Amino acid sequence: MDKTVNQKAWFLVLPVFLIVAFSAVLPLMTVVNYSFQDTFGNNQFFWNGVGWFKELLDPSTDLGSRFFASLWRNLFFSAVILAIEVPLGIIVALSMPRDGWRVAACLVILALPLLIPWNVVGTIWQIFGRPDIGLLGYVLNNIGIEYNYVSNEFDAWATVIVMDVWHWTSLVALLCYAGLKSIPDAYYQAAQIDGASRWAVFTAIQLPKMNRVLLIAVLLRFMDSFMIYTEPFVVTGGGPGNSTTFVSIELVKIALGQFDLGKAAALSLVYNLIIIIVCWVFYTVMTNAGVDRQRTQGAA
Amino acid sequence: MARIDLVDLAHSYGGNDADPDSFALKPISMTWRQGGAYALLGPSGCGKTTLLNLISGIVAPSRGKILFDGTDITPLSTQKRNIAQVFQFPVIYDTMTVGQNLAFPLRNRGVAKSEIDARVAEIAKLLDLTPYLNRKATRLTADAKQKISLGRGLVRSDVAAVLFDEPLTVIDPELKWELRSKLKALHRALDLTMIYVTHDQTEALTFADTVVVMHDGRVVQSGTPEELFDKPAHTFVGYFIGSPGMNIVPAEVAGREARIGGHVIQLSRAYDKLPAGAAIEIGVRPEFVSVAPPAPGLLSANIERIDDLGRIRFARVKVGDAKFSARVPPGFSVAGESAGLVFDPARVHVYADSRLVEGHSLGGPV
Amino acid sequence: MHSIPGRRIILSLFLIFLLLPIYWLVNMSFKTNTEIVSTMTLWPHHPTIANYMRIFTDESWYSGYIHSLNYVVINTFISISFALPAAYAFSRYRFLGDKHLFFWLLSNRMAPPAVYALPFFNLYSAIGLFDTPWAVALAHCLFNVPLAVWILEGFVSSVPREIDETAFLDGYSFPKFFVKILVPLIASGIGVAAFFCFMFSWVELLLARTLTSVDAKPISAVMTRTVSAAGMDWGLLAAAGVLTIIPGALVIWFVRNYIARGFALGRV
Repeated sequence: MDKTVNQKAWFLVLPVFLIVAFSAVLPLMTVVNYSFQDTFGNNQFFWNGVGWFKELLDPSTDLGSRFFASLWRNLFFSAVILAIEVPLGIIVALSMPRDGWRVAACLVILALPLLIPWNVVGTIWQIFGRPDIGLLGYVLNNIGIEYNYVSNEFDAWATVIVMDVWHWTSLVALLCYAGLKSIPDAYYQAAQIDGASRWAVFTAIQLPKMNRVLLIAVLLRFMDSFMIYTEPFVVTGGGPGNSTTFVSIELVKIALGQFDLGKAAALSLVYNLIIIIVCWVFYTVMTNAGVDRQRTQGAA
Repeated sequence: MARIDLVDLAHSYGGNDADPDSFALKPISMTWRQGGAYALLGPSGCGKTTLLNLISGIVAPSRGKILFDGTDITPLSTQKRNIAQVFQFPVIYDTMTVGQNLAFPLRNRGVAKSEIDARVAEIAKLLDLTPYLNRKATRLTADAKQKISLGRGLVRSDVAAVLFDEPLTVIDPELKWELRSKLKALHRALDLTMIYVTHDQTEALTFADTVVVMHDGRVVQSGTPEELFDKPAHTFVGYFIGSPGMNIVPAEVAGREARIGGHVIQLSRAYDKLPAGAAIEIGVRPEFVSVAPPAPGLLSANIERIDDLGRIRFARVKVGDAKFSARVPPGFSVAGESAGLVFDPARVHVYADSRLVEGHSLGGPV
Repeated sequence: MHSIPGRRIILSLFLIFLLLPIYWLVNMSFKTNTEIVSTMTLWPHHPTIANYMRIFTDESWYSGYIHSLNYVVINTFISISFALPAAYAFSRYRFLGDKHLFFWLLSNRMAPPAVYALPFFNLYSAIGLFDTPWAVALAHCLFNVPLAVWILEGFVSSVPREIDETAFLDGYSFPKFFVKILVPLIASGIGVAAFFCFMFSWVELLLARTLTSVDAKPISAVMTRTVSAAGMDWGLLAAAGVLTIIPGALVIWFVRNYIARGFALGRV
């Protein structure tokens, strides 16, 4: 697959470039603009240099401490949900029925949580977990486990994590299932002939064939959990206290709640920068994997 | 290493209750002797891969038994049957090196490390894979990958048989020849039973000492390449093997004579008790019919065209509505369209309902 | 060999885990508020459709659905039609800055909506699109256009290049080739891309709520009304929630046979 060099291809890309630039670059310029300014209201701005950034990156200030607290919280959250969703997704994908109507039924049920508006996801779990009217909260409290996500930090965290597992494990499972489906039968037959155990089949065939989709799954799940906003906001509102205030929630609080445009803008830029760096790392790893494959095909 | 017996083995993908005519493999009983080199030859969909997968245990038979050295192994799983199989397309464990790929079947069976290393080194040498042993297998060419698959099939010394399912499909033609000779050499060196599935007669005839021809879920003949050529037991074998295939024409046969449209062809054997009501045909390979200038006493034919195959020329002729291929003797120049056909009586076979009928070679009518 | 021991139990438990909270929502939507608050019942003992009737008869409720579907459809249409030529270009050609452009597009898929909420508000207010479906549809292009380019690029790459060449030799012009040959060939890919655009536009709330106030208010924002009302109207909230699940469920049902393939080929 050598592509031909053709600069005219830019004309085909131009519409996309323009619409994304309009949606991304213009607003981002406003953000950059705000991040270097301060205001006393009445739309009067003055130059503030890198003041906001200094404050943001200094954990001893109010803004800095809030930023770092929410950042660690968010990273911890992402790590936990990845540690649960990736293995669970693989297990679910391996448990899928072979064929027939059952597959279609399972796929439909799996995909269902993915298409529920995020605030409704929050609402569902908000209701489901309430000790007075929700099944989960009611059952837990009745079997002697005290559970209240509004007042107890641990319960709030557990609820937000279980909700994310409920909401997104299907994505990992569907990706893995697609990866598994692409393995030809001959591989399983050869493994049988070679006397491979179930575990050897998994490590020697299934996992290597899934690693590309797994990489995509990890990337998407990390990114989306790193910018999670709506679901925990609906369920816990970031509380109790600030215990489930993730970076996006903090950002919206500062921007729309306090209307601290400069602070919010500085936070936005740093936030975006982290995401672009992580994204770049994944992208490089992924294209390298692609180059590897192409080299193999070239040699064949 | 073992003798393999198939006892009334049959398989239907539609289950045991399916219509017997729809069985992918109709009931067969046969024996594969230890150390033989077999080819399983037939067109796509004739049931040869099914038969292979039944022996290796990938598919469980609808009926019948499989015996290894007299022991019934039908209920055993593939892992527990001592069998190796190489597939049409290369199967490579992506994360492993070439050496680890070759060692995989041994490691899974808990063979000692020193023995694994020795065996892998031996097989790698036989397949010219030694320089690649420490390389990642994914980076190799399709040929090399298929060699690794072959190597994994051959690496175990204790297998009852090695089964090959059209293993050279993905290989370039020049390398095909080389790999096939290599397999034959390996067969001699390792004293393994090998069963080689193919739809290519050249591959089958050059590889095997016994060729098993399958047609429509049945084994129609099993024999040496010479037997298949000289005395096809079924009209299908006649025209599937040989190029061009055997001439097969409806005829009336009585005693030592066959009649085609009123013309009499002498036969070297007598046929008296032909089954009543069966469709009678005679079959003769193009190599044993030659064209000659038209003359009385010869079956007259119209020449349609001449195919020059280099060392030999064949004429495509028409006798009435029947088409024939016949050898054109060296030096014979074709003049005009009509010609006579000369038959070699000893090479003319009689078929009733597609099956060979044995004649009496001695004495007159019994 | 393909699957693991105990798979039926594992899968059943997981599916029950997925369905139970949804069942609870459906269950509640058919109850009266008295029943919800006073007793814990596993199914509605006094089933009522009053909650649904209120949504279907109150314009401020049902217009929310229309607004939502409105911008989702506009967004899906824009995303796909803009992304198609770009996907073709990325799949077939190399050009100045192609790799960086592709990465830049992808990085926008990952951009946190929270960062953009306020600037978008300023931008669309300034150009007079605030509180129209167009504002939300354009805002959602930020992540849906890159996504559509990414998915479609995978599908276009699976079409052999020889097909383009044959078509051009047969005298097809580029636009004619595109519409008559390429688009039908990757129809399932377009379906998959549309599915994902629909999905991400339908589920997003933060931008949709920020960019609308009255005339284009999406259903998910309308729902928050029950929260602020004195005394929670749980039954109504549940019914509204159930109604937001239905369009998604319908879309899944139509694409159910393509889901696995779409994920694989589209590489999402």
